[in-house]
Amino acid sequence: MGNPVLEILNLDCERDDRLLFSDLNYQFKVGDIVQLEGPNGAGKTTLLRILSGLFSSYDGQILWKNDLLSRNSALFQSELLFIGHKSAIKLSLSPLENLRYLMGLQQTFNESDLFMALEQVGLSGYEYVLCRNLSAGQQRRVSLARLYLSNARLWILDEIFTAIDKQGVAQFEKLLAKKAKSGVTIILTTHHELSMPNLRILSLNAASTIFECETDICEVTEHE
Amino acid sequence: MNDSTSSQSLSAVLMHVLKRELLTAFRHRQALINPLVFFAIVIVLFPLGVSPEPAFLKMASVGLVWVAALLSTMLSLDRLFQSDYDDGSLEQLVLCPEPLYLLLLVKSLAHWSLTGLPLILMSPFLALMLHLPPEHLPVMLLTLVMGTPVISLIGGIGAALTVSLRSGGVLVSLLVLPLTIPVLIFGSGTVQASIDGLPIMGHLAIMGMMLVLALTLSPFATAEALKMSVSN
Repeated sequence: MGNPVLEILNLDCERDDRLLFSDLNYQFKVGDIVQLEGPNGAGKTTLLRILSGLFSSYDGQILWKNDLLSRNSALFQSELLFIGHKSAIKLSLSPLENLRYLMGLQQTFNESDLFMALEQVGLSGYEYVLCRNLSAGQQRRVSLARLYLSNARLWILDEIFTAIDKQGVAQFEKLLAKKAKSGVTIILTTHHELSMPNLRILSLNAASTIFECETDICEVTEHE
Repeated sequence: MNDSTSSQSLSAVLMHVLKRELLTAFRHRQALINPLVFFAIVIVLFPLGVSPEPAFLKMASVGLVWVAALLSTMLSLDRLFQSDYDDGSLEQLVLCPEPLYLLLLVKSLAHWSLTGLPLILMSPFLALMLHLPPEHLPVMLLTLVMGTPVISLIGGIGAALTVSLRSGGVLVSLLVLPLTIPVLIFGSGTVQASIDGLPIMGHLAIMGMMLVLALTLSPFATAEALKMSVSN
């Protein structure tokens, strides 16, 4: 515990002539759960995409295990689980087929694990129903079933609780807390109130000032 | 240490990609039939619109089959990455630890086997309808087998470049058509040479070269273009 897994050094990013963040520094350590906070348009998604290696027009450095992220992308990707706010679910496939493909890109698994994961997210009985016939929340749950299967050490989760009910969010929170304890580093954004112990918050302000606090009680001063 | 237990073998990943491509295509059968119907209609309408004279049709048959094949393959290109881009699965593909160009090569081959291959199977009937001498059918089929994958592969680059644009459809054709013209020229040229009783090995060698170049180089270009499109 304690070594930074992922480190942001002097990150500057500008999109459409707007400065999203400048001189951002942060360290993500093993077992951290970090929630990115900020108003809409503050750059939360952009930061997550930068950290996952999808977006690369920025100044500054992202270090993964003390080495440049861009230099080890294949190794990095084998330890990364990224779930974007687009859920990557094909409507013309069943939950089982979707999950099998998405997991297949990442790691080996048993067929029975897929059924187990779908049952965990409350989709037992829906394994063979086409996703277009499922509700938005159920479709989201298909992509969240990956959380129960993934061996990745770094989870980057962008707005994953969209359309998920309260009990569902509580259930996934519990899973995230458990995973973090076993050494998975989790970076997420959500507009749900999370009630996790040792949640760290990284605040991105639209006015490009960065506030940071270490505890679960975060004091963000209003800025301009 | 984690690697040995959790990482996939490359071939297993490629199988997953191939299976999914075929499965999604199978669930959207209508989109598969579209280019085929287009192919048939163009060839059926041509004699009605221009001239039903056997001598004329015989002369035009090869070029016509090739042009129709090129255009109908083009029709199906904008579908190649669009839905994957819209629902976010393209991000997952880019983030897969296996080499992206191999995944894309499999995707392109799946695309070809769903559009190019049925078209090739249909082409002998349409060519005979246009009075192409039957003894030249094998040569025509051979050029189509060598040429249509090139169109799919080159088209993949164009589709990858334009996938993040809202109205990429026309742009793909504009970008890709000029690059596929050599395929068209040598494809129909080979069969024409065979009809004229000229040696065709030289033509076939050039077509083979184009196929090998497209197979080996275009997936890299497609991969880079996709990474760019996804990062928008």
